[in-house]
Amino acid sequence: MKRVITAAAAATVLLAAAGCGDTGDSGDKASPGSGGGKTLTVFAAASLTETFTELGKSFEGSHPGVKVRFNFGGSSTLAQQITQGAPVDVFAAASPATMKPVTDGGAAAQPQVFAKNRLVIAVPAKEAGKVSRLADLGKSGLKVVLCAEQVPCGAAAGKALAAGGVKVEPASREQDVKAVLTKVRLGEADAGLVYRSDAKAAAADVKGVEFPESAKAINDYPIAALTKAPQSGLAKEFVQLVLSQQGKDTLVKAGFESP
Amino acid sequence: MTRRSTARSANRSTAGRPPLVLLLPALTGLAFLVLPLAGLLVRAPWSTLGTRLGEPHVLEALRLSLVTATLATVLCLLLGVPLAWLLARVRFRGVRLVRALVTVPLVLPPVVGGVALLLVLGRRGLVGQWLDAWFGITLPFSTAGVVLAETFVALPFLVISVEGALRAADLRFEEAAATLGAGRWTVFRRVTLPLVAPGIAAGAVLCWARALGEFGATITFAGNFPGHTQTMPLAVYLALETDPQAAIVLSLVLLAVSVVVLAALRDRWVSTS
Repeated sequence: MKRVITAAAAATVLLAAAGCGDTGDSGDKASPGSGGGKTLTVFAAASLTETFTELGKSFEGSHPGVKVRFNFGGSSTLAQQITQGAPVDVFAAASPATMKPVTDGGAAAQPQVFAKNRLVIAVPAKEAGKVSRLADLGKSGLKVVLCAEQVPCGAAAGKALAAGGVKVEPASREQDVKAVLTKVRLGEADAGLVYRSDAKAAAADVKGVEFPESAKAINDYPIAALTKAPQSGLAKEFVQLVLSQQGKDTLVKAGFESP
Repeated sequence: MTRRSTARSANRSTAGRPPLVLLLPALTGLAFLVLPLAGLLVRAPWSTLGTRLGEPHVLEALRLSLVTATLATVLCLLLGVPLAWLLARVRFRGVRLVRALVTVPLVLPPVVGGVALLLVLGRRGLVGQWLDAWFGITLPFSTAGVVLAETFVALPFLVISVEGALRAADLRFEEAAATLGAGRWTVFRRVTLPLVAPGIAAGAVLCWARALGEFGATITFAGNFPGHTQTMPLAVYLALETDPQAAIVLSLVLLAVSVVVLAALRDRWVSTS
């Protein structure tokens, strides 16, 4: 009995804490003056986590009272959530293919390419000498991890390897690019194909090796304000910010290329 | 015997209609659990079901799931029953702490569990680096890695149910055996184990079910490669990226298989308790 009471007490505390978090949040939203309590919801590919967080802060700075809320994740998962009716203002995908179901369904029109990303070979920083070109990935005894074919980085990896005529037996096909990076960072894999921006974000543990075949597998990143955006005005302004010179500078600094 | 059973049935009938305060939340709870399954069934692409099921990678993933979940359950039994016995029967300092530690995998997000496993058993891990250097064993990206990841998340289920059974068991049988001169091992083997067998079976079933559905720790620790480490939940997740219909089919297969196995096991072992 005593234990049940303890458990119940713990649950109550947790619930209360969660509740507090919520109210604190909405308090934040309403506090800074004029516009008062508007929230812009942006769904963006996982590889945009660092850059879009930065741009979001800048957007909040220039729009007092507006809070930008991000949902970062795999582009196809995000696209599904949008087509299933999630209330979203802006969608930025890691490939045109994952943007397509959203535009096909009429949830967005005229997406614009705002960045390009190319693949690099990520190797653990301590053992950078082992791999210097794409063909090295075919060596036996080398543990290589790639993205699954179903996700954009896996499709790009397949194209690059085909372009170089390199056959790779990967140890694993990971669910997204960050998972590939984790395996290399922890030294479980000797090499993996990731986006240049991801390798740059992990520069302390990972070295990104550039290779010429990556030119055959450059990923376009499209962005669109959604037609049913609850904050359609703000949505368009956010897209403008991403396409602006400031947006470009932020993205290029992080390893992306301008379209 | 007859008197007892009539008493029991009388007891049941006097209970009368279940009170609405209980019935309403009970039915709501049931609907909450069943409706998502109904959703899967309604949206399933029935016309193409046959061809999708015949695809070799589906069967491969299903086979791997069943094999790894079963091996993980065996491992859980070998390690978990003695652990549960230790928690229930041996008094030592810090038993509360140990009991809390055993439940850690229950509250840990499975992905975090997978990362923790990598840090310990990975190629550069605390223990894993020696496994690699001395025996040439690397666990990540292997089927053995899948089994370990599933064991990690499923073990608490077994320990908790077996410990519960041990605490509920009548100690007098064990004491009687001990006074008749049986050693602790003999008592455990000949008295305790048969006494808590239904609890062990229930725990093993839970454990198997949890292992079968395991996703986060598996994909983090063992990776995803068809035939070696791609279990059904991993196949479902990746199918969802490009082909939601295929994901529904895979989910239904996993669901059907687990329901059949669990129902069969329940009738045979668990309900006899």
